[in-house]
Amino acid sequence: MKPAAFDYHRPQTLGEALELLAELGDEARPLAGGQSLVPMMNMRVARPEHLVDLNDLAELDFIGVTDRAVEIGAMTRHRAVEHSEPVTRSCPILPVVVHTIGHDAIRERGTLGGSLALADPSAQWPLLAVLLDARIELASQSGRRSVAAGAFFTGVFATAAEPGELVVAASFPKLAPGEGWGYRSFTRRLGDFAIVAAAATVSLGPAGRIETLRLTLSGVGDRPVRLDAVTDRFRGRALDAAELGRAVAAAVTLEDDAIAGAPFRRDLTEVLSTEAVNEAAQRARVR
Amino acid sequence: MAKVPIVLTINGERHEFLAEARKLLSDALREDCHLTGTHIGCEHGVCGACTVWIDGRPGRSCLTFAVQMQGHQVTTIEAIAQDGKLSALQQALHEEHGLQCGFCTPGIVMSCEAWLRDRPEPDEVAVRELLSGNLCRCTGYQNIVSAVLKAARQTRGA
Repeated sequence: MKPAAFDYHRPQTLGEALELLAELGDEARPLAGGQSLVPMMNMRVARPEHLVDLNDLAELDFIGVTDRAVEIGAMTRHRAVEHSEPVTRSCPILPVVVHTIGHDAIRERGTLGGSLALADPSAQWPLLAVLLDARIELASQSGRRSVAAGAFFTGVFATAAEPGELVVAASFPKLAPGEGWGYRSFTRRLGDFAIVAAAATVSLGPAGRIETLRLTLSGVGDRPVRLDAVTDRFRGRALDAAELGRAVAAAVTLEDDAIAGAPFRRDLTEVLSTEAVNEAAQRARVR
Repeated sequence: MAKVPIVLTINGERHEFLAEARKLLSDALREDCHLTGTHIGCEHGVCGACTVWIDGRPGRSCLTFAVQMQGHQVTTIEAIAQDGKLSALQQALHEEHGLQCGFCTPGIVMSCEAWLRDRPEPDEVAVRELLSGNLCRCTGYQNIVSAVLKAARQTRGA
């Protein structure tokens, strides 16, 4: 398996990269960590005429923690997030879930921006972004804008990024004080993309009643799915995670595919949602 | 497509050759640099056989273009034994019968050596998780796990 021929570009600044992407248009693909794009090129599923290598853009490799959010540059490797103490302190769900991406050597190369821009509906970064109401920052020659994660993912491998726009960073709001989090996934082998994964956050108020509850699933649609319509019904009550799991499983729309049948996915949805929400509630501190 | 001159630093030595931009690092190592210790299995990042170090950190050479590695340091399995003396991990793989056909072994050594540097006291669960990134179809992994744990013990002098 060898990739088709392409022209290689190695910009030294973000400005140069954006200029190249504007000039080359649809024929160009940005190359981040290459852990998905290069396999696709090797299999010739992807045949870009031009590759714009972003690996020299040190300006896109950063982790910053503000009062409200964890801000991560697009060229930050998964490994850097996994081992970041500031991230672990302010948004501990990020390193734990990022640790489940692929394998050690994959996380050494793969990047946040690459994962968001690819928008694989089974991938961890899109799931986290939608769960945590992240904002995704895009840059092009005509300027910058930021898009809510819920509006960024528009389908399988599809995003709201326009031609010539590059994902340059993402901002993940910190968890609220006392807010608990949980993550559960089902994979056939360690390191595979999950068939279904569930990520949740829970805040508990007086008497352990639910104040906020967020639940996002992958593997049940063409993008990460937030279950607000279901979880909102559980606010203000004591948690019944089993009932919540059943309600979520009843709410998702599933079809059989080559990987799993709909009944199996529905079972996984129920169990993983229940477990992720339970785990989040156990971590939550009653205020 | 036109070949371009590519200059790489591999195991501290300069290698210069002509290749297309699409040439994978894995192929360049074997075909242009004549370093055939790096093995090519799946060519889509799953099997781990082609793992090398890029600036000292493990990476799949089949998911990297040779041209990208200009200005970086690449380390391959050929640099792990020093003056003909096996590393602690290589020696442990030998002693524990951690290889049979040996095809996956270079990738396993490159993955585990780098990982052990950061984790002097790994437990078996963590070693097994690490090895999920390297496919071995002979051993059943038991002896590889033993060898990695043994190498860690010996390196920290326990």
